[in-house]
Amino acid sequence: MADDSAIRIDARGSFCPGPMMELIRAIKGASVGQVVVVLSNDSGSKRDIPLWSQKAGHEFLGVEEHGDYDEISVRKSH
Amino acid sequence: MSKERVSMIVFSGEMDKLLPVGILASGAVAMGHEVRIFLTFWGLMAFKKDAFFQMPVSPAFAGMVGDLAGMLKERHIPSVIEQLRIAKELGDVEIVACGMTMDLFGLKLDDLEDIVDKVAGVGEFIETAKEGHTTLFI
Repeated sequence: MADDSAIRIDARGSFCPGPMMELIRAIKGASVGQVVVVLSNDSGSKRDIPLWSQKAGHEFLGVEEHGDYDEISVRKSH
Repeated sequence: MSKERVSMIVFSGEMDKLLPVGILASGAVAMGHEVRIFLTFWGLMAFKKDAFFQMPVSPAFAGMVGDLAGMLKERHIPSVIEQLRIAKELGDVEIVACGMTMDLFGLKLDDLEDIVDKVAGVGEFIETAKEGHTTLFI
């Protein structure tokens, strides 16, 4: 999963829907094909972000769980 | 067919009741829905410049949270004003101030936070809300 061009956002400490909003913002500014990774420790984001990706037509790459936080990755598709 | 639009009539001025306004608007925008917000009475008072953190907490719950404004700031939860600012940046959100409340309290658009788009009557808002799938009274 190592990708030098990935944008990483540390949204730990931010409450729902903060991490998703930060992700959407980053996706808007990213180039097509680029991956955005958001670190989050709120419980809503790992459910909301896959839904958002599906709706917005971006590729949801998955959630990596790290104990007290999640790493959620999405690739900008268009 | 109804549009993917969520409308909210925001009447309440308690900080705890206003928080869901920002959260619901953010969620709606994230999912690609339009958001239309009509601010009236105490809800409009909370959108006067720098008023949000001065607003009271619902009496039934005030004892449970103590200093809600302090707790929000300490946990870096953005105020409803900031949440709506971000929602507007990411999607189609329009915030309208109730003309009747503006007249009653002698307010001008300039007295309100800059995220408020315009002053309008209730009739116009009802027509706007009619086209959406969900309308909430908060």
